[in-house]
Amino acid sequence: MEAKIGTRNIKSMIFKGIIVFFAFVITLPLIVVLLYIIKQGITQVNWTFLTHVPAPPGEKGGGIINALTGSFIMVLMASIVAVPVGILAGIYLSENPRTKLAYYSGLCVDILQGVPSIVVGIVVYFWVVKPIGGFSAIAGSIALAIMMLPIIIRSTEQTLKLLPDSLKEAALSLGIPYHRVILKVIIPCGFAGILSGITLSIARIIGETAPLLFTALGNNYFSLKITGQMESLPHVIFTYATSPYDDWHDLAWGASFILLLFVLTLNIVTKLLTRKWKIQL
Amino acid sequence: MITSPVFTWAGNCFVNKPPNFVENKRLELSNGQLKWETMFKLLLKVMSVLLVLIIVGVLITLIIESWPSITSQGIKYIWGKVWDPVQNIYGAYPFLVGTLLTSFTALIISIPFSYAIAIYLGEYNPKGWLSDLLKNTIELIAAVPSIIYGFWGLFVLVPLVRTLEMKLDILPYGVGVFTASIVLAVMIIPYGASLGITLIRMVPSPLKEGAYALGATRWEVIRNVIMPYTRSGLFAGVLLSLGRALGETMAVTMLIGNTTAVADTFKNVFFGPGNTMASVIANEFAEADHTLYLSALIELGLVLFVVTVIINMIGKRIITRVTKS
Repeated sequence: MEAKIGTRNIKSMIFKGIIVFFAFVITLPLIVVLLYIIKQGITQVNWTFLTHVPAPPGEKGGGIINALTGSFIMVLMASIVAVPVGILAGIYLSENPRTKLAYYSGLCVDILQGVPSIVVGIVVYFWVVKPIGGFSAIAGSIALAIMMLPIIIRSTEQTLKLLPDSLKEAALSLGIPYHRVILKVIIPCGFAGILSGITLSIARIIGETAPLLFTALGNNYFSLKITGQMESLPHVIFTYATSPYDDWHDLAWGASFILLLFVLTLNIVTKLLTRKWKIQL
Repeated sequence: MITSPVFTWAGNCFVNKPPNFVENKRLELSNGQLKWETMFKLLLKVMSVLLVLIIVGVLITLIIESWPSITSQGIKYIWGKVWDPVQNIYGAYPFLVGTLLTSFTALIISIPFSYAIAIYLGEYNPKGWLSDLLKNTIELIAAVPSIIYGFWGLFVLVPLVRTLEMKLDILPYGVGVFTASIVLAVMIIPYGASLGITLIRMVPSPLKEGAYALGATRWEVIRNVIMPYTRSGLFAGVLLSLGRALGETMAVTMLIGNTTAVADTFKNVFFGPGNTMASVIANEFAEADHTLYLSALIELGLVLFVVTVIINMIGKRIITRVTKS
């Protein structure tokens, strides 16, 4: 502190400059990646691209309809499993925060949030793929559902904790049974918050590739059979990006563009929903 | 007459139980409603138990399936340098080195950025459109799927690194530990930053104001008040991003080059192709044709699982301690 105020102020300014530089430089890679994907991808997207299955290498044309439907079906099935389980578990955690079970399941949510997605893939392989005897869309959906759970649970818990207790007490004092209080009063009040958790979790899993590698694998043909192999957007990008053919690279750029579009839209929807509810996800 | 019973709401039970109050209310509900209510409460419990079961199940499955490898390879699995599925010799050393090297390089690259974002959005500019814009951008970085980072890296970053390597007179692979670390660093920055922002905003303003009143400049306040106050919390953020980096699969798999051999010099290890635990699993799991090979791969998954769980637990423990005090 011996230095003169002038030098100290200059030092402070220099430090601020460095902080601002580092804080804003990080937006560059994102902008570069986004622009590159949009530039490469947007020219690929047309009606044929959205309605046809991939063409064999060397042939022009072809599309990713199998991956689009596959991703849609698997995300839908994963949501059907994960949304009720996640919301109910979230309700339990927010309603009984001091019980032993809540402590342990809260711990498990934290663990689940940090589990590498590839490990989920391995485990679901042994839980579903091996007993059934083949890769299937069901296995893929289960892996995705496990990845969705922690986000839905945490957002439900956080939203419900924000609601004033008087709301529930008022309803209970009218003699309404507990389950109706939760389903008809508490959940509608926290609906936007819970919904934002669901959209965010879908945005996370729609781009997950690793858990699908050993569960749904991929499929070059159009398939709606949920007990068979099914293609998905991230998997189609992975296979075609690492292939040696230029036509397939183009297909992968197009698929990346579509995937990015989905992810960004879902994130914007989540943003709009959370703006009302100041929850931290 | 009931003289307004004093009760506090804790969970769904009355702490100071007024005599018969609860029971009387319940009797008024029809039997059907009562049954629904009990079933609903049971359902909530079952769902929470299910979570615990998933985690326990994951651990048990990984241990059971990797048991053949654990018993046959023993402890030398960790430092064995040879990974040869044909002769059934499995040493995870190359992958451990690859994982630690990529993760820590990425971490070191990411720390200045995530700290800068945390300080900027937490202290310099916590409100306003510019801060909102930056915050949303950071969240977007976390939202972009890792496969897209991998794809972009493969076609844009790899040629760039190749040119750089030619200038530096190294074998120009392009792919490798260095390339993977750069992309990984970008991907993990949001995790450290978002926690840091919250923590820096939580620094009590009397502390800062006291320092300003003593004539401290902005930089001195940040260095002598904010940093000591948030140090352990920022460390927890670093731990959480490390947990992310260790388990990250797709982007790394596409960029690391996938070779099981260990290079001789550090320069070649750092710039040349390598492999991480996650990328080996992703590449070889589907090809594993005999039990021991498969279980050796699963043992990698087990190591990955245990390590990330421990790291995340320590991180979360620090966060709860910091945010509670």
